[in-house]
Amino acid sequence: MGLVFGLSACGDGDDDSGATTGASAAAIDCSPYTAFGDLKGKTVTIYTGIVTPEDTPHKESYKPFEQCTGVTVKYEGDKAFETQILVRAEAGNPPDIAYVPQPGLLQNLVKTGKAVEAPAETAANVDKFFGPDWKAYGTVDGKFYAAPLGANVKSLVWYSPKEFADKGYQVPTTLDELKQLSDKIVQDGGKPWCAGIASGEATGWPLTDWMEDFMLRLSGAETYDKWVKHEIPFNGPEATAALDAVGAYLKNDQYVNGGLGDVKSIAGTTFQDAGLPILEGQCSLHRQASFYAANFPAGTKVAKDGDIYAFYLPGKDATTKPVLGGGEFVLAFADRPEVKAFQTYLSSDVWANTKAKVSSGWVSANKGLDPANLTNPIDQLSAGILQDPNAQFRFDGSDMMPGAVGANSFWKQTTAWITGQDTKTTLDNIENSWPK
Amino acid sequence: MFTTASTTSDKILQMFAAILLFAAAVGVILFAASRVSGKRDRAVAALYLLPTVLMLSVGLLYPGVRTIYQSFFDASLSNFIGVDNYTKIFTDAEQLVVLRNTAFWVLVTPFAATGIGLLYAILVDKARMESFAKALIFLPMSISFVAASVIWKFMYEYRPDQRNVEQIGLVNQVIVWLGGKPVQLLIESPLNTFLLIVVMIWIQAGFAMTVLSAAIKAIPDDIIEAARLDGVGPWGMFRFVTLPAIRPAVVVVLTTIAIGTLKVFDIVQTMTGGRFDTNVIANEFYSQSFRSNDKGLGSALAVVLFVLVIPIVVYNIRQLRRSEA
Amino acid sequence: MTTAAPLTTTPVSKSETKKLSAAATAKNRLTSPWASLAAVVIAVLWTIPTFGLLISSFRPEMAIKRTGWWTFFSDPEVTLDNYRAVFDDGGINLADFFLNSLVITIPSVVIPLCLASLAAYAFAWMNFPGKNVLFIAIFALQIVPLQVTLVPLLQLYVKAELNNTFWTLWLSHSTFALPLAIYLLHNFIKEVPASLIEAARIDGAGHVSIFFKVLLPLLTPALAAFGIFQFLWVWNDLLVSLTFAGSPEISPMTVQLSNLSGTRGTAWHLLSAGAFVSIVVPVTVFLLLQRYFVRGLLAGSVKG
Repeated sequence: MGLVFGLSACGDGDDDSGATTGASAAAIDCSPYTAFGDLKGKTVTIYTGIVTPEDTPHKESYKPFEQCTGVTVKYEGDKAFETQILVRAEAGNPPDIAYVPQPGLLQNLVKTGKAVEAPAETAANVDKFFGPDWKAYGTVDGKFYAAPLGANVKSLVWYSPKEFADKGYQVPTTLDELKQLSDKIVQDGGKPWCAGIASGEATGWPLTDWMEDFMLRLSGAETYDKWVKHEIPFNGPEATAALDAVGAYLKNDQYVNGGLGDVKSIAGTTFQDAGLPILEGQCSLHRQASFYAANFPAGTKVAKDGDIYAFYLPGKDATTKPVLGGGEFVLAFADRPEVKAFQTYLSSDVWANTKAKVSSGWVSANKGLDPANLTNPIDQLSAGILQDPNAQFRFDGSDMMPGAVGANSFWKQTTAWITGQDTKTTLDNIENSWPK
Repeated sequence: MFTTASTTSDKILQMFAAILLFAAAVGVILFAASRVSGKRDRAVAALYLLPTVLMLSVGLLYPGVRTIYQSFFDASLSNFIGVDNYTKIFTDAEQLVVLRNTAFWVLVTPFAATGIGLLYAILVDKARMESFAKALIFLPMSISFVAASVIWKFMYEYRPDQRNVEQIGLVNQVIVWLGGKPVQLLIESPLNTFLLIVVMIWIQAGFAMTVLSAAIKAIPDDIIEAARLDGVGPWGMFRFVTLPAIRPAVVVVLTTIAIGTLKVFDIVQTMTGGRFDTNVIANEFYSQSFRSNDKGLGSALAVVLFVLVIPIVVYNIRQLRRSEA
Repeated sequence: MTTAAPLTTTPVSKSETKKLSAAATAKNRLTSPWASLAAVVIAVLWTIPTFGLLISSFRPEMAIKRTGWWTFFSDPEVTLDNYRAVFDDGGINLADFFLNSLVITIPSVVIPLCLASLAAYAFAWMNFPGKNVLFIAIFALQIVPLQVTLVPLLQLYVKAELNNTFWTLWLSHSTFALPLAIYLLHNFIKEVPASLIEAARIDGAGHVSIFFKVLLPLLTPALAAFGIFQFLWVWNDLLVSLTFAGSPEISPMTVQLSNLSGTRGTAWHLLSAGAFVSIVVPVTVFLLLQRYFVRGLLAGSVKG
């Protein structure tokens, strides 16, 4: 053949040639896993939507567990995860563990009857290290299935610290100040905002985040929860106010779309490209989640004193601190001891800190996570926001709504809205699409 | 040999084992067929068709019938709702746009791709560097949809008409060079649908060209010679000699491209996600079934696809009859 | 049926036409400047998009995102970083996936070709009840969208304990290819003059020997043609592999390629290099087989 292929090493994790790069070689306390019996030579398969390059730190972070127990963790990343996992579960070919990024999808997966509840050890970890809201997202019909894994903060606005310093702009602390800042930038001859929502079949999702952020801010967390659960109509006065508030920014030709075109160009710009004009000085503000850090080209310094950084999208006033975010959950389809042991490891503070040390652009809502272990300033900012006792965290609503809304009409209708459709038609159409 | 192969040699061994197994199966069929004495077509035909019918029944027929059945149920497939899903497809404003676009696709793509493929096949026939020339048109066929989506991004991308901003999409750059203003190509409807169709034509013309070129080369020289002796000009040669001779091949190409076009969803999905009035049935089916998790409506959309192919089937049967007559 | 062409019989002076062959006719046509121009225009239009990708794959990341690929000619900036990243960084071992693609593709081409030629022969040259209905049914099955087969087929594979093996891919690809293969091959086979088959029958040949001795040689070009297309379709398939492969150990290159763009799809520069790597094999196969099947078609030309 002339080609040499490495045999996949099985057995205990002695293939840790890359272990020197991070903290993976650091020994951990193996005692929590002895209760699961002798696991040497066993395998756990993971299926997830997290692919290259973010998969490498994941694999790194499993090594202490592999060394403790002799279990091999097989990782499969797939960009089509969200559609494929249902097919695999329904057909009876699920992985041992799936990282599910949406509570709505989690419920559908549990409905297939193939998922298993989280073991008591994992549940104990979650009670200890996570808030009750996070546990609730992984709970279906009163049974606890999935422990939280990673998290992200969506209520962030990216900006250039250098530009702010040069022009004397202040980071706003209320929504009114945000508006004033935008107007000031307009007066200075700039276009304050840039945005983009194109994302293949998911085109429109950044707009759903915008609207949810304003729903949280203008009507409060309790109303937001009712709206997400459809206890109040999708097209009520609260939602209308929220979408109109978004429109005041994104449908305002003076505010958008710096370096990218007119209002309509928001629809045609990929969300990945949308924040890059900040680097060129063509726009000043870009509202996008913490994971957006990965989109800046290599060499961009992401820091409070760097080329780019983010501030918390302020609440209505300085006292309230609603936070919109997302995250993944660890759902198991098998209850073999090695799978249970691994679930327990992933829900521990030990894993969260191990993972923090080897990755960039990752954060968790795990209270045992020491922010000092995070390597990236944005991650530290996110962890700070997540752990702030005053913060009111709410999960991305579209991820919790039924698929027909959260992964269909909400995306489609807000896309139509940005290209010209009025607010009422948009919200009415989404309300009508809610499954009866 | 029915396990997960993980090493190189395992994989290659398993591959040869599979081929041998099938060769053996075909061998058994042929041996059995040769034992059947005389002209008893029925038994031999049954043997020849056995594996095909078996695989198709399990792999396509059963899922197809299951889909038809499911199309009469609601999103979770738990309640029978009659023809509600179909009513929705034919009355809902959004779905009507989907039907309209599908009509555009299936009417334009096969004829355009076949026309261009045929024209090119004739133009380069027996020219110098013919195989190189054909490889150029064939190239897009060998590109996966993942790659094609990157390629066309570099064609259709839009950048605003602004200082310090350069176009990165070639089409808009050409518009700018010609003195125009850049256009948001994938947002302007119905232009965007036709731009997506262009991608499909770009891919399929190679298929048409390859098959038709082979058919053209199979036209016996003596027929051409006879026509030439009769003083037929180039256009007459095409109209009265080439076209009738390759007619069956043209029908095959049109049919294959039409069916392929009905099924294609990747182009729409990656380039516009079906937004801006570009959605087609195949993509809507995908997003209803796998994103919205509305299995009933998804199935009904698949059945509509199935129904749309009936005219193509009927046309082919006619052709079949005609050639047998 | 080819002789049905209505030919005009206008007399022309023989000296003009005497020595002109079909090739010469073609050449005459091509010497028309308009015809050459049309051919060149089509060729250029069809090549430009791919050419742009080729250029882009050698440009640095920021250049790709900021300027059009054609600026390369005024301001050439060449880098091999994209290719290096595709092959080395992040533990992506394309060689493994390359092998998987080959192992998946070869049986998925050979199996349906064998089965379809048997079936096409039966449909073209045998008589049995329900022949036309069955043929039409198989033809119509082409439209069943692959997506509706995913769950039921995967369920079967799980029951048969074939999940996570190459067999799921070989069987699925073969099954999905059969309707089109039978349709295409049937169209070629029925073009074979009945006189040839009859002659063989009178000589006492059975269906098996007719199939091998008379038909197969004539069919070679058609098999090669379909073989190329099936090769491309399987090689470039993403959907079937995503669902049925279910394990990175047997996943083909397309799966890896689609993941190259990164979790949130930003790595265009890597994709353009990766896309080019994946194009190389199909194009090589085409160039190699193209000569063969065109020559075969000419040799097998018995019509008239």
